[in-house]
Amino acid sequence: MSGWPLWEVFVRSSRGLSHVHAGSLHAPDAAMALRNARDLYTRRNEGVSIWVVPADAIAASDPDAKGSFFESPQGKDYRHATYYTQSEGVKHL
Amino acid sequence: MSESATRITPGNALRPEDIADRVHDGTAKPSDEVAEYALWLGDDALILAQRLGHWISRAPELEEDVALGNIALDQLGHARSFLSYAGGAWGKSEDDLAYFRDEPQFRSAHLVEQPNGDFAVTIARQFVLSHYQFELYRRLLDSADPMLAAIAAKAVKEVDYHRDHSSQWMLRLALGTDESRRRVEAAVKLIWPYLAELFEDHPLVDALPGIAVRPSELRPAFDAVTGAVLAEAQLEIPSVPSASGGGRNGRHSEHLGYLLAEMQVLARQHPGASW
Repeated sequence: MSGWPLWEVFVRSSRGLSHVHAGSLHAPDAAMALRNARDLYTRRNEGVSIWVVPADAIAASDPDAKGSFFESPQGKDYRHATYYTQSEGVKHL
Repeated sequence: MSESATRITPGNALRPEDIADRVHDGTAKPSDEVAEYALWLGDDALILAQRLGHWISRAPELEEDVALGNIALDQLGHARSFLSYAGGAWGKSEDDLAYFRDEPQFRSAHLVEQPNGDFAVTIARQFVLSHYQFELYRRLLDSADPMLAAIAAKAVKEVDYHRDHSSQWMLRLALGTDESRRRVEAAVKLIWPYLAELFEDHPLVDALPGIAVRPSELRPAFDAVTGAVLAEAQLEIPSVPSASGGGRNGRHSEHLGYLLAEMQVLARQHPGASW
């Protein structure tokens, strides 16, 4: 077991893309977490930018609350643009 | 090509294989003196890589295992480049030089063959060597020998990270707990005697004006940069006598023989094997 706190790592692969969660690691502080992230998650030329966030600073949705949280949009096709038919005479939409 | 978070590109940096090809086809051929100088740099990196590799699975944390492993592999890459180039003078490959030379033929400084000790000793050794290598490679960029300059151009970026890694740890060990401070103070005392050899001038450097970097010229910059970190870490520079040195002439401490025995045994038992 590591005595160091857990950090979540986000890596951006190039300009214009957003940071993507890459994994987690242990480090004594933020500066070392960035360096460990560099060593663990950018060894194969994957990144141009790294964020590290203390894992306990992330508030996560409850995995058991799947139904009430995530199933409500099902069947609500009208929330998608493709639900609507193009009106007659509209050339560009 | 599609862009994604897992996009993988090897880049186009100079590889040891490229150097071996150029040595082979005769487009890069060092003089005996240049090759000897390349052995200084290559052997420092090779012996250090062998020492650092021993930390795999033994570092204080998994993350530090990977960090030290990365640094070892960077150093091994530099060693392969320098040795591939040096071998061009004598028709030898990097493997010939790494595995089939005996102790007196190695040109590494005594610092790199010093045992790993505890984590603090390894960090103190890293601290000295990475700052020395950074100052050296930074100046080698301007070498009149284009291959040495090209190898330095790749190595200097990697060594810049090594010195950051070791500096960060010097600060944390020194300003951490009573135990970590006690250990890093002892480590600095143990490592500092091997510092002088790195900055000693040598007739070989006189024979390579504009090509080799004069070791004594690195000392002021080394002292300034490491001094600032040590001051922040509230560590005193110990007044300890210098060790005998002599690595550049093939005189080594008792540690190198054991290290080479372990490093070379497989290649010597199966000469010519490839893997």
